[in-house]
Amino acid sequence: MIAQDEKIGVYVCHCGTNISGTVDVSAVAEYARTLPGVAIVREYKYMCSEPGQDLIRKDIEELNLTRVVVSSCSPLMHEVTFRKACNDAGLNGFLFQMSNIREQCSWVHDDRERATAKAKQLLAAAVLRVGQQVAMEERIVPVRPETLVIGAGIAGIEAAVRLADAGRKVYLVERLPSIGGHMAQFDKTFPTLDCAACILTPKMVSVGQHPNIELLTYSEVEAITGYVGNFRVRVRRRATSIDPTKCVGCGLCWEKCAVKKVPSEFDAGMSMRTAIYVPFAQAVPNKPVIDREHCLHFTRGKCGICQKTCPADAIDFDIQDEILDLEVGAIIVATGFTLFDAGELARYGYGRLDNVLTALQFERLSHASGPTGGEILTKSGERPGAVAILHCIGSRDENHLKYCSRVCCMYSLKFAHLVREKTHAEVYNFYIDMRAFGKGYEEFYRRVMSEGVHFIRGKAAEVSTVAETPEEEGKLIVVGEDTLLGVTRRIPVDMVILASGMRPAEGTEKLARILSLGCTRDGFYLEKHVKLAPVDSPSDGIFLAGACTGPKDIPDAVAQGAAAAAGALSLIDKGRVIIEPITSEINPEVCAGCQLCIMTCPYTAIHFDSERNVSVITEELCKGCGTCVAGCPSGAARQKSYEDSQIYAEIEGVLA
Amino acid sequence: MSKPKVAFYWCASCGGCEETVVDLAEDILKVVDAVDIALWPVALDFKKKDVEAWAPGEVTVAFINGSVRLSEQLEWVRLLREKCPIVVAFGACAHLGGIPGLANATTRERILENKYFNAPTLDNPDGLQPLTACTVYGCDLELPEFWKDVKPLDEVIEVDYYLPGCPPPAKTVMSAVTAILEGTLPPKGAVLSPAKALCEACPLNNTKPETLSISEFKRVATSTPDPGQCFLAQGYICMGPATRAGCGERCIRANMPCRGCFGPAPGARDIGGKMLGALGSLGAADTEETSMVLADTLVDLVGTLYRFNLPASLLKRQYTSGTGVPPVM
Amino acid sequence: MPDQQFEPKIVGFLCRWCSYTGADLAGTSRIQYPSNIAPIKVMCSGRVDPTFVITAFADGADGVLIAGCHPGDCHYSVGNYKAMRRFPMLAKLLDQFGIERARLRLEWISASEGHLYADLVKSFSEEVRALGPLRWKQRIAPLCESVDIARSQAATV
Repeated sequence: MIAQDEKIGVYVCHCGTNISGTVDVSAVAEYARTLPGVAIVREYKYMCSEPGQDLIRKDIEELNLTRVVVSSCSPLMHEVTFRKACNDAGLNGFLFQMSNIREQCSWVHDDRERATAKAKQLLAAAVLRVGQQVAMEERIVPVRPETLVIGAGIAGIEAAVRLADAGRKVYLVERLPSIGGHMAQFDKTFPTLDCAACILTPKMVSVGQHPNIELLTYSEVEAITGYVGNFRVRVRRRATSIDPTKCVGCGLCWEKCAVKKVPSEFDAGMSMRTAIYVPFAQAVPNKPVIDREHCLHFTRGKCGICQKTCPADAIDFDIQDEILDLEVGAIIVATGFTLFDAGELARYGYGRLDNVLTALQFERLSHASGPTGGEILTKSGERPGAVAILHCIGSRDENHLKYCSRVCCMYSLKFAHLVREKTHAEVYNFYIDMRAFGKGYEEFYRRVMSEGVHFIRGKAAEVSTVAETPEEEGKLIVVGEDTLLGVTRRIPVDMVILASGMRPAEGTEKLARILSLGCTRDGFYLEKHVKLAPVDSPSDGIFLAGACTGPKDIPDAVAQGAAAAAGALSLIDKGRVIIEPITSEINPEVCAGCQLCIMTCPYTAIHFDSERNVSVITEELCKGCGTCVAGCPSGAARQKSYEDSQIYAEIEGVLA
Repeated sequence: MSKPKVAFYWCASCGGCEETVVDLAEDILKVVDAVDIALWPVALDFKKKDVEAWAPGEVTVAFINGSVRLSEQLEWVRLLREKCPIVVAFGACAHLGGIPGLANATTRERILENKYFNAPTLDNPDGLQPLTACTVYGCDLELPEFWKDVKPLDEVIEVDYYLPGCPPPAKTVMSAVTAILEGTLPPKGAVLSPAKALCEACPLNNTKPETLSISEFKRVATSTPDPGQCFLAQGYICMGPATRAGCGERCIRANMPCRGCFGPAPGARDIGGKMLGALGSLGAADTEETSMVLADTLVDLVGTLYRFNLPASLLKRQYTSGTGVPPVM
Repeated sequence: MPDQQFEPKIVGFLCRWCSYTGADLAGTSRIQYPSNIAPIKVMCSGRVDPTFVITAFADGADGVLIAGCHPGDCHYSVGNYKAMRRFPMLAKLLDQFGIERARLRLEWISASEGHLYADLVKSFSEEVRALGPLRWKQRIAPLCESVDIARSQAATV
C-alpha cells in the first residue's frame, strides 16, 4: 500500500546501450506511470552522470518528490551515488530504491520482449518497496587510526611502509620467521635484472626499524570481529623460544645446533637448515626461531646445546605462544601466492627425476647466497650444456589452473638470460604464447631472443629419460610438439626448469572465513570491483593487495600495496565512517521475551532485559544479517532497510 | 432506559464457546442484569423470522462463534451483520477457522465419502448422501449446502472485534462485555487480547536454557514432557512463541505445549512460517543431511502449526497431501 | 509434455554477499539465462523468513529459490546454516499443502559463481516449467467456495 500523498520519482537509465540495447526503456517508463504513487517518470542516457543526478535533484526540489526509484545497474554499483544525490537535494537517502535492470536483466536476457517484461517486474518491486521505506539517519562511527597488514611480502611491506611514513601505526603480521615473502628468494628481477635483494633489503630494514610499524613475525591472525573502523583482531604469536630483547643475532646457536638436516623452506629444499635458524642472512627480524617440530629438546626432551652456547642467555624453551588482541580501523590483506605444485604433473618428472627444478628452486640456484653460491650446476655439480624451460606448468590448463599466471613468461625469459649468461648452455623455451605486456617487457623478450635462446612454440608433453638415440643417453629428453613446424621435437637437456603457475597462498581460504571475504573460483580473494575497486574487498575497511587477488608481478604488487595503503589512509584520516543502517532491533511492545533470538544471533549481540522481560539488541555488536528477524516467532524483531513490509512489497511487485 | 440487547449465534462449532458463556458463573448474572439476550439458539428457541423482525440497531452486539461452512450459516451471519452495529467473532473458529478449519486439509468429497461410505461405525445400506433438496412424504425439504471449504467469519462478513481462544476464557469474555457496555472498546478490528506472544506470561519461560539446540522433535502423543521445563527446550513444538497471549496459560499448566488457539501473535504474518523460522534457527543440524533428518522428525506440520487457523493462513487450505496428485473434487 | 507457452514465475531470495554478487557477475560476464527469475536482495540467506516463501507462493510464484553463501563461507559466519535447517522443514510443510518439493530450491552460489547461477536459473526454470503452473490462488479456487464479500482489512491487524 502506498499512501495517497506520496510523490515518487522514477528514473529509467539507458546506460548508453547497455540497458536500452535489450530493454525497451520507453515501454518500462510508460509502465512506471501506471504504478501507484508515481508522480514523475524520466528516462535518461546515463543516470549516474552528473546531468542524470541533476534530473533527480531538480525534481526533488521542484516537484517535492517524497521518494525516488532509479532503474539502472546493480545497487552494489551505484546505490550510494543516488542515495547521495537524494540527500543533496534534501530528500532522505533511505527513501531511495534501485532496481537492477542491467546486471540482472539486460545483460543476461537477449530476448527484448522478455527482458522488458522483467525490467517492468523489477521496477514495480522497487516502487512498491520504496513506498514502505522510512527516513533514517546515517550511522556515523569513529575510525581507529591503526591498520593491520596481513602478510609481509613486497605488497604488504609497501603498504605498511607507506602508512607508517604517513605517521600511522601499523601492525604487520607475517606467518614466517622473516618478512620479505617470495621476492626475498628471487635472484634477479625482470626486465631490468636488478638484484631482488638489492631493492628489497632496504625496504625490509626500514620495516624492521620503523617506529610506526609493530612487526609480528611468526604470527597468524586467528579471529577478527567488529566492523569498518573498529576491528578487533586476535593474533597468535608462535613461540620462537628466543627472548628477542636479549638475542643479538650472533649466529652461534645455529652453528652449534645438532639438527642439521631440515630442508630449507627458503631455499625451496635445495639446502638444509638447522632446527634453530634464521631463514636467510638478510632476514628481518634477524633473530632465530626454534622449529619445535625438529628441535631435539622438543622432540626428544634432550639437547639444549644452543641454550648452553648462547652468550646472551636469550634461549628460553618455556616461552609459550602469545595471544595478542589488537584494535584497528582498517585491514590490508596481502597474503600472496604459492607456487603450483609441479609434482601434480607427473609427466614432467618433478620429484622423480634429478635436475628437474621448479622456478623457485632455480631462483635459489642462481642466487648469489643460494646453495651453490649462484653457480648454475646440475645435481652432480656440473655446468649444464643444455637447459629446457617449460612454460605454463599448471597454468592455462583446464585440469589445473585455468588462468594465465602472468609472470611465468617473463621469469622464464629471465631464466633463459641467466643460464646463457652464466653457463653459455643451449636454452630451449617451450611456450604456448609469449605474454610480454608490461613496461619494458617486450624489449626484454627481444633482447633474450637475440641472445641465442631457442623458442619452441608448443607445450611440452613430457620429460623422459628413455633414450632413443646415443645423444639422448643420460639426458633428460623434453618431448613436445613444435606447433610452428608441425613436428614433434625431442630435445635432450641436462636441466629442466618448470615455470609453475601461481595459486593462492596456503591459508587463503581459512583467512577468507575469518574475514568473511569471498573467493573466486580459483581461490583468490574477490575484489569489490575487478576494474574500479581492485584493492577494495566487498567488506568496508578491508583492502586487498598483491597476489592474493590473482597472479601479479612485482610492479603490480607494489602498486597495489601502495593503493591499499591509500585506501586505508583515506578511511583513517577522515576519522569517521558512515555505516549502512542495516542492523536489527526488537520492538519491546511486541517482544514476549521468548529469547529465541538470543540463541540465534551469531554475534551475541542480543541480551535479555529481565526487568522489562524483553530481548534487546546492542547496535554496536549487530552486523545486520537479519537472521534473528527471520527466527523471531512473534515478529518483534525487525531489520532496518530490510523490513518485512519492504520484502513483502517487493514480492508483491515481482509477482504483479 | 431499556437494557442493551445482545445476540449469541453459533456456526460450525463444538459448543465449547457456548460453555464459556455458562462458565461466567456468577458473572452471568451481572451480564443478565446488564443486558437482554435477544438470541441464543443453544439455550432458547428463536426463529430466523424473529431476527428479521429486529429493527436495525435494536440489538447492539452479535457474538458469533464457529467457522462458516454451510450456506445457512452465511445467511444467518449476514442477517446478524445487517442488524447489529457490533459483530464479535467469538472464539478460535469464528476468528481463524479453528479446529473445524482443519477440514481444509482435505476436500468436501473426501469428507462425504468418509462420513457416508467408509466410516467404521456406518450403517448406510442404501448409500444415502445428503442433498440440498429432497422430497420426504410428499414434502419438499431444503437443506443448507455443505461448502467446499471452511472460512473464518471475517471472510464472509465484516467483523468488528475478535475474541480469541478455544474457547475464549471467561475473564476475557467478561472484560469484552464490560467494554461494550461501558463504551471503552479499542479501535475497530482489534483482537481483544494482549498484543504479545504467550511466552510473556508463560510460567516456564524462565526455564529456557541459554542455548537451545534441538536434535529431534517430540510429540505429546508418544512421550510425556517434563512439566518443569520449557517445552520447546525439550523438543516439543510449543506454539507459544508465535501465539497471542491472554489464554491464562491453561494448556501449559496442564503439561500441554501451546497449540496456538489464540492465533498468531500480532507480528506473525503466518504462524507456520514464523514457527519454522524459529525452529530452523534452533536445530542442532549442521549439514544438509542432518537437516533433513531433523525435519523428518516433524510430523503433520500443517496440523501442528495451523491447528486453529488453517483457513485464515496465507495458503488457506491444502491442495493435496501427496506431491503432484490432484485432489478428489 | 511441458507447456511451452507457460512462463514460470520464480522469486529468488539472494544473499547480498555471495549469491546476489554472483548473479551480478553473471551479468558482467554476459552469461545468458532465462528471464523467469526475479531477484530479491536480502543481507543473508538466514534472513529469509519461511513466511517470505509462503507469501511468494500464495501470491502467485511458481517456484522460489533461496540462494546463499556456501556452508562455511557465510559473511555472517552461520546465517546460511539457519537457511539450511529451515529448508527441509519448509519443503515438507509446502509439500503437505500440495506445493511440490521441486518448486523450492536452496542453493549455494558464491560471489564468483556467476556461471553456476546462470546454470541454476536455467535448470530450475525448466524444472518448474515441466511441473506446470502453481498459481496457488487459481489452483485452490475450485476447492474454495466463492463468497462475494471482500475479506475485511481488520483481520490482519
